[in-house]
Amino acid sequence: MATPLIQLEDIVKIYRVGETEVHALRGISYKVEPGEFLAIMGPSGSGKSTLMNIIGCLDRPTSGKYFLEGEEVSTFDRNKLARVRNKKIGFVFQTFNLLPRTTALENVELPLLYSSDVTGKKRTELALQALESVGLLDRAYHKTNQLSGGEQQRIAIARALMNSPSLILADEPTGNLDTKTSQEIMNIFKRLNEEKKMTLIMVTHEPDIACFARKRLHIRDGKILREEREDEGCADDIRREVQP
Amino acid sequence: MNLWRTSKVAFRALGRNKMRSFLTALGIIIGVGAVISMVSIGEGAKRGVQERFNSMGTNLLFVSPGSRSMRGVHSGFGGFNTLKPEDAEAIEQQCDAVRYTSPSVNTRAQVVYGNKNWNTSIQGTGARYPEIRNWRVEAGTFFEEGHVKSAAKVCVLGSEVKKNLFESEDAVGQVIRINRIPFRVLGVLESKGESGGWFNRDDMIVVPYTTAMKRLMGRDYISSIDVQAVSMDKTQEAQRQIEELLRLRHKIAPGAEDDFQVRNMTEVAEGAAEATKIMTILLGSIASISLLVGGIGIMNIMLVSVTERIREIGIRMAVGAREKDILLQFLTEAVVLSVMGGVMGIFFGVGLSKLLVHVPIFSQFRTAVSANSIALAFLFSASVGIFFGFYPARKASRLDPIEALRYE
Repeated sequence: MATPLIQLEDIVKIYRVGETEVHALRGISYKVEPGEFLAIMGPSGSGKSTLMNIIGCLDRPTSGKYFLEGEEVSTFDRNKLARVRNKKIGFVFQTFNLLPRTTALENVELPLLYSSDVTGKKRTELALQALESVGLLDRAYHKTNQLSGGEQQRIAIARALMNSPSLILADEPTGNLDTKTSQEIMNIFKRLNEEKKMTLIMVTHEPDIACFARKRLHIRDGKILREEREDEGCADDIRREVQP
Repeated sequence: MNLWRTSKVAFRALGRNKMRSFLTALGIIIGVGAVISMVSIGEGAKRGVQERFNSMGTNLLFVSPGSRSMRGVHSGFGGFNTLKPEDAEAIEQQCDAVRYTSPSVNTRAQVVYGNKNWNTSIQGTGARYPEIRNWRVEAGTFFEEGHVKSAAKVCVLGSEVKKNLFESEDAVGQVIRINRIPFRVLGVLESKGESGGWFNRDDMIVVPYTTAMKRLMGRDYISSIDVQAVSMDKTQEAQRQIEELLRLRHKIAPGAEDDFQVRNMTEVAEGAAEATKIMTILLGSIASISLLVGGIGIMNIMLVSVTERIREIGIRMAVGAREKDILLQFLTEAVVLSVMGGVMGIFFGVGLSKLLVHVPIFSQFRTAVSANSIALAFLFSASVGIFFGFYPARKASRLDPIEALRYE
């Protein structure tokens, strides 16, 4: 591929907490090609969430360059970043982050509400398609708080799929789910990656979940520790436990 | 995000908290309602005053005898007996800003018809009096110049007197006795309605002033002269001309006090109109304070709402809402609240002012809801929404998406 989907060049993020400076990221350079399925791993405090926020255009690096599809988004202002999030990135969160007391359909429609070129009818149509692709068409008019955790996360995935993003970012997507549901969710991700060639980046600290990804990036103290590919580092007993 | 979509989102958000939305809007409902009903009371009072003056005629002047001072003791107005019927004639003939004059005398007398009797006010006037005062004769005719010249024993009844003496019987052509003197009834005046206060303008009998002076009272001076100026803007000039003429006729030395007084109805009417206008403004501004309080209520609830929905704001930002979108969303919610409150307030205010008519102390004001006050209240409530909704909306739009998403 000529242009990588994501190109990070020496990304540094420093938080200022009162007098002290916290170096969350200390120079990360990495490339992600379209169609990859990447897991970012690391203990808490390693900087993986910060990296996720920067990749997700929710935050900007203190220094370094971030190119998303060739565009240097690290120079964008808040509003431009909002446009990028709207058009190119779909988020899936640990806590689902659906609007409470709102129907599944309205939640899924949400990203289209902020892209001006879609009419109301088309919006509903697209949202129903997305719900169908995660197998929740029959739940479209249920309020989100009436649904189970697994169903809520599938709705969140449907929402992330709206606007056909270049990239789906999942932040601990199975953190609040039981093993069986986690597996269902991961299978959806796997299918999206394999069948629809979607690029997926996932943050997790569960090795068995990370082994669904084709690449694993380990982060410690704001730096890349090592990169693993395919089955590398996924002990058979762990995989057997999750994937029968 | 366009306005229609934003409004739909706002309606949905408000619908999730119906009771709270209603209570917030209630502040505006009461505010707008209060402004409309208070202003309607003011407008009603203004209209009432205007109608009363119009029914009297606004190009009217009154000439009455002045106060007499005998060795330093003032007698009060009417102390002079110097106002003569000839003065009235002279004013009509010599002042070119004056159209008609009508000398006036009044007294009270017992009137008898058949077995009924009634004590009423007797007004002696000239033949032009109905024109000057905008009076209309309901049945029969008013007396004429000839009756005045000959001091004829004719009279015209006020509607109240007619009702008391004749009930439903036809009064025209009948003979009644005023102080035992027989008078022929020429006509009956149309009811002028309650004028407010103690004086009932229908409870009177009108006779030629000459008749009243000679036959009923036995005096040669008159109580006042009613003057109609050529037009409303000539009243000032008429007043000046009358004053000049009467000083001359009454041989008042320069610098000496007048023995008469000229009052101008336009001035009186303007004064009264000014007073009611001040009352309207006063009532309106007091009511506006409640609208202001309603606006603060909106701001308060919107701030609570922003804090409660920080997470929602974070979600919206994550999926691509810009600052502008969030600002617009919360601003629209505030405006929808205040405009809905405004619309309901208009109904409430109109209803209230219709109801106020039936409350004894307000009934005399005959409340009048004006389109102006409705438009004003509506615009005011919408701007209250924008003004008080802006700060919370801005606060929401400035949130950091990461922190908003993490907010518990």
